[in-house]
Amino acid sequence: MTDAVYSEARSQGQITRLVLRWLLYLLLFVFALFYLAPLFVMVTTSLKSLEEIRTGDLISLPRQVTFDAWRTAWASACTGIQCEGVRPYFWNSVLIAVPAVLISTLLGAINGYVVAQWRFPGANIFFALMLFGCFIPFQVVLLPMARMLGLMGIAGTIPGLIFVHVIYGLGFTTLFFRNYYVTIPAELTKAAKVDGAGFFRIFWSIFLPLSLPIIVVTVIWQFTQIWNDFLFGVSFSQAGTQPITVALNNIVNSTTGVKEYNVDMAAAIIAGLPTLLVYVVAGKYFIRGLTAGSVKG
Amino acid sequence: MAPILEIQGLYKNYGSTEILKDINVSIDAGDFLVLVGPSGCGKSTLLNCIAGLEPISGGTLSIGGQDMTHVSPKDRDIAMVFQSYALYPTMSVAKNITFGMKVRGVDQQTQDAKLKKVAEQLQIDQLLHRRPGQLSGGQRQRVAMGRALVRDPKLFLFDEPLSNLDAKLRVEMRTEIKALHQNLGATMVYVTHDQIEAMTLATKIVVMKGGVVQQIGTPAEIYNRPANMFVADFMGSPAMNLIPAKAVKNGSGNTIEIEDKTGKPIVLKDTSGRDLPNNVVIGVRPEDISEPGARNGKAQQEADFLVDIVEPAGADTYVVTSLGGRQVTARLHAETTAQPGQHQTLAFDMAKVSYFDPDTGLRLN
Repeated sequence: MTDAVYSEARSQGQITRLVLRWLLYLLLFVFALFYLAPLFVMVTTSLKSLEEIRTGDLISLPRQVTFDAWRTAWASACTGIQCEGVRPYFWNSVLIAVPAVLISTLLGAINGYVVAQWRFPGANIFFALMLFGCFIPFQVVLLPMARMLGLMGIAGTIPGLIFVHVIYGLGFTTLFFRNYYVTIPAELTKAAKVDGAGFFRIFWSIFLPLSLPIIVVTVIWQFTQIWNDFLFGVSFSQAGTQPITVALNNIVNSTTGVKEYNVDMAAAIIAGLPTLLVYVVAGKYFIRGLTAGSVKG
Repeated sequence: MAPILEIQGLYKNYGSTEILKDINVSIDAGDFLVLVGPSGCGKSTLLNCIAGLEPISGGTLSIGGQDMTHVSPKDRDIAMVFQSYALYPTMSVAKNITFGMKVRGVDQQTQDAKLKKVAEQLQIDQLLHRRPGQLSGGQRQRVAMGRALVRDPKLFLFDEPLSNLDAKLRVEMRTEIKALHQNLGATMVYVTHDQIEAMTLATKIVVMKGGVVQQIGTPAEIYNRPANMFVADFMGSPAMNLIPAKAVKNGSGNTIEIEDKTGKPIVLKDTSGRDLPNNVVIGVRPEDISEPGARNGKAQQEADFLVDIVEPAGADTYVVTSLGGRQVTARLHAETTAQPGQHQTLAFDMAKVSYFDPDTGLRLN
């Protein structure tokens, strides 16, 4: 008797849980559609001809797939008076982002290693100021930075932009590495010191090999920031050194006459692809628990 | 021969807090020095000072006859084993052990030969290609020891190396460390909070409290003649019984009177031949209170006690009674007939009793 009542109550509970679970999936599905819709429109529009865009529906699939818009966007779209597409600017962005990401990540790692493992008088204040740097809005540093770049003779150059991004990124990269390295027991450094290793030997042989997960996080963060940056790019560049974000803006805003939506969309996707790629590739290397069990039983 | 390690007037401050005060220790080649004390007594800080990992605020320190006060750890010719083992997590066991030699530019052949020797000595040959994460606690402990042994230094430093192991493994490793010390004839400094480890391993013990050395001596000296009530209470398990008593001058010697809860004081005769103040604390090890005739001490004196608790511990039976308002433990034979609530005649070995000043805590005899 009681058994029957009990099992009935239990099966009712199971049904409720199942229904709730499916409601949840449905909700997630709707959200996913919502967020993917703009990408869908971008991709389909970039594959349509102008004629089809004018006559067709915004969300309909292209009747005839054409890569003309992509070709134009890459090699011959006009950014103001030049008509070379986004290609030169794409390479500018690569030339800016790759060194800036590598340098700021490496410096951040060394900074974090010092602040976390080689405590010196004033280390806390140093770290607090670094952290403070993360919260300074871009706009505040524009004028002083322009003056600095002028004094250093690298205004309007790609090294100048690399310099700006390294400086601005240091606060974040230091924070990431410091927080990662404080979890590594100080005894590891002590053991290496007794073994005879110095500052850089300990860093290269012991800390850096442990750092893959945080390096991946930092690289993703820095690459996204630097590649997507518009304000520094538009402020500190000149003709020939502009990054792709500035070129994209120019393509979209400086066309006269018919608006070539398909070219705009293709250019926007090209501008966004590298960050997407970094997420997909680097995401695979998120290795957790690399240090698990290194210390204590 | 000059002492291997000599510390003179060492001070260590963090800001205005004094962590170590006027430490003077010296040990000879082949000594096994154990620094023991409750947590926060500064024993690990002292070890870090010896290693050069913490700068010292005052005094001098020499290793192997050379002044090392301001020398960096790598040039002190020391090796250290840490509590958390501190193995390099991304390196194999073999690389962990040879890292120090690699840093110092030792050639590959010597490295391989030394690695092989140490691996055999510690029976870790099969583990050489594993990462620390793939080892058990005991195996990690061995690797950490291997990393120290391979260096063949003047001085080995151990910072509570056994406290992360389970009880059984701890006793095994303790014996192994002792054997290692005997076989190598190496000089070692060992930090622990476990007084049994201190007693079993040491040739010389330093008992510390609050950054001050309380007593330095052989295990027997520390155990039998503790310098003060702290050492008496800290070393030995169960702890030494510390009983408030009155000393009464009686001709050439003293009579010791201890209050009993029956109202009639227990009277014992002092055999130390010292002048004692009126109020004293007498310290008696549990094994120095026994059943009459069970031990043949020099100065057995009997008295009648009321037994409160009987605790059989296998090899011995502990009998707890109450004297001078304190619990007093006696270590009796396992076959004792003592029963709680009953009277029992027990004998004090007065030749082994310690007297302490109740105010300063210092030893009087």
